[in-house]
Amino acid sequence: MATVEEDLSCQELVELVTAYLEMTLPPLEQARFEAHLAICPGCTNYLAQMRETIRLAGMLSEETIPDDGKAKLLDAFRTWKHQHTGE
Amino acid sequence: MNAHYPAMLRVALMYVRNRSVAEEVIQETWLAVLQGLARFEGRSSLKTWIFRILANRARTRAVHEGRSVPFSALISQEAEGDEPAVEPERFRPADAQWPRHWASAPQSWGELPEERMLALETRERIRLAIEALPPAQRAVITLRDIEGWDAGEVSGHLGVTDGNQRVLLHRARSKVRAALERYLAEV
Repeated sequence: MATVEEDLSCQELVELVTAYLEMTLPPLEQARFEAHLAICPGCTNYLAQMRETIRLAGMLSEETIPDDGKAKLLDAFRTWKHQHTGE
Repeated sequence: MNAHYPAMLRVALMYVRNRSVAEEVIQETWLAVLQGLARFEGRSSLKTWIFRILANRARTRAVHEGRSVPFSALISQEAEGDEPAVEPERFRPADAQWPRHWASAPQSWGELPEERMLALETRERIRLAIEALPPAQRAVITLRDIEGWDAGEVSGHLGVTDGNQRVLLHRARSKVRAALERYLAEV
């Protein structure tokens, strides 16, 4: 069975990053992950880059609806309202 | 409705590959939502219910067009096999000293000014990297990281297992990070 002392390589660590951020790593794997991070600047940067990527992707949600799509939707609403209320 | 539109478009486009058809499917969905609202029993969240209707409509439409790739097939295609998060060339060979450790380690972005990270061009690069992903990966990262849904919501809406949801998210995020790393290393 694997132990905390058993070294995780950087190539293995990058494949565990999502599971780590999702907090789905089993406790022993998480301990090995964090033990590796503590001594590896490259992987520390990698994890920080991943967090930054997620943060920046989250800002794309501020983008607005394209106008033509919105106009068609509003039309559909108006038609619906007309049919159902006879306005 | 404004808040859900980009996510709805993304989900619709997983089934029908044409933007105007996807927009029609969204209109049909809203009509069905309005008509069915009185019958909505609140057993799931309103959002869950809306997206379930959307997925059904889009699926039906794709079948009518005779160009339906079942989403389940996309998921297994995109989630299976080996797809390294980072190019293998960036690590030391298996028979070297410090095997599989970084040969070309990622740099810190901590010194980069916030204006650079938030610049329109950086944003555009991230958007393009997401656009370039295969459909299921694109759907998962859009719903998780752009729309801010949680893992359970995404698995539920897309009908994927938690494990596959995570694999798709991992592959998607890894590619977007790599694209951003390449971009920020320029100049």
